[in-house]
Amino acid sequence: MEFDLNNFKVQGVKVNYYYICKRKLWLYSKGITMEQNSDRVMIGKLIHENSYKRLKKKEVLIDDMLKIDILDNDYVREVKISSKMTKADKMQLIYYLYYLDSLGIKKKGLINYVKEKRQEEIELTDEYKREIEKALIDIKEISQKRKPPELVKLPYCTKCAYYEFCFAKEEV
Amino acid sequence: MSRDFYIFSNGRLKRKDNTIYFIDCLENKRTLPVEQINCIHLFGEIDLNSKLINYLSQYGIMLSFYNYYGYYSGTYYPRKKNVSGFTVVNQANHYNDYEKRLYIAKSFVDSAVHHILKNMRRHKEGIEDLIERIQAERKNIEKVQRIDELMGIEGRIRKSYYKSFNKILKSDFGIEKRKKRPPTDPVNAMISFGNSLMYTTVLSEIYKTQLDPTISFLHEPSVKRFSLGLDISEIFKPLVVDTIIFSLVNNRVITFDDFDIDEGICYLNEKGRKKFISEYERKLGTTIKHRKLKRKVSYRMFIRLECYKLIKHFIGDEEYKPLKAWW
Repeated sequence: MEFDLNNFKVQGVKVNYYYICKRKLWLYSKGITMEQNSDRVMIGKLIHENSYKRLKKKEVLIDDMLKIDILDNDYVREVKISSKMTKADKMQLIYYLYYLDSLGIKKKGLINYVKEKRQEEIELTDEYKREIEKALIDIKEISQKRKPPELVKLPYCTKCAYYEFCFAKEEV
Repeated sequence: MSRDFYIFSNGRLKRKDNTIYFIDCLENKRTLPVEQINCIHLFGEIDLNSKLINYLSQYGIMLSFYNYYGYYSGTYYPRKKNVSGFTVVNQANHYNDYEKRLYIAKSFVDSAVHHILKNMRRHKEGIEDLIERIQAERKNIEKVQRIDELMGIEGRIRKSYYKSFNKILKSDFGIEKRKKRPPTDPVNAMISFGNSLMYTTVLSEIYKTQLDPTISFLHEPSVKRFSLGLDISEIFKPLVVDTIIFSLVNNRVITFDDFDIDEGICYLNEKGRKKFISEYERKLGTTIKHRKLKRKVSYRMFIRLECYKLIKHFIGDEEYKPLKAWW
């Protein structure tokens, strides 16, 4: 059966969260956002604002859905603080490529780890297409759950904007 | 890390370019660092314009206003950015289901009593009987079936608690009876002033979350007040406000000179408010190592954590257990 993107399209950040933490994805999808309280998110925003200042096409909004950091002739670029979350960052970008592809726009992807002065190139393959489709189906299913997925302690929890939310408990 | 700013003098608050200035009536200029402000509290007579309000909104900064006697009149809140209809619907469900509402209301009262007893045990000479009386009364909280009965228990506990103030306070300061409208003696004036500070602090923390401040559980949601702020304040009033009163009085920081009496109304004057607020801000900034977070958490942040736990309760994630200070 043909995959109908219109039924499954989401914001890029949800694809990213899908690969980081299903609970975070669920909370975010219910409007329970913590990002505005996080210093780390603030740093990310500042880095984003202060890098690639000479480029004109920054923060392009496509289809009221995707907020693409930088768009130029051949590339879609995404700016990240660190390469710790490689898989999630990569899949977010691949989702952008996939989405644009479905609109008939062919691009390649570039992730810029500004602080590490490093970049990584990505191309959309058939394998990636299948992986993204599977993720999008999953994302929809998770977002529709009535309760959040249970808390799982991951090594990067302490860095997360939701850390206090998830781990604020009483000892009883 | 953002903090609160307090302005006592009269003058004008304005934005010039991307800076906020306060110019007092003697033309003294003071700049306020916009990235570091959580809330600005205005005690004086202040002129301001919409340009300033728009700028503050961009940064999510609140403006709280107080009247001549230092009582809270209201807050300007910027447009709320983080909304979750899902959370609010579930919060309302917990109000509409009486069992569920009662559970939350009991949690608030029990936590408040825990902190009340904590204060009393620290100064226990001469008030052992009052402590016992409260402990006995506390046992009834669990059994209670109705909110008004719960309120009754709370009222009786508070009565015993305030009675103990006369022993806890080591000076000429005393309290005959809690009098809210209006306070007639210095201790009542401090309780009222402190409680209204606490209410605004709690509201500013609620505001940073997805909770709806009008849907409350212990206090009846009413049109006049953001009553969830009153609910959550119950937990923190004895923990923060009352301990400040004890320390200000017992260390003789605050004296009768810090109060004015005007037609029977007793209130903190500017000097007194400054003393109280500086102690209040110091307390809110004090940190405790959190047992679960394994991280230092300020009293102000403890208020936010309480909001987070409530959200988790509402969305069916984790049952709410109120804070019971362990330190």
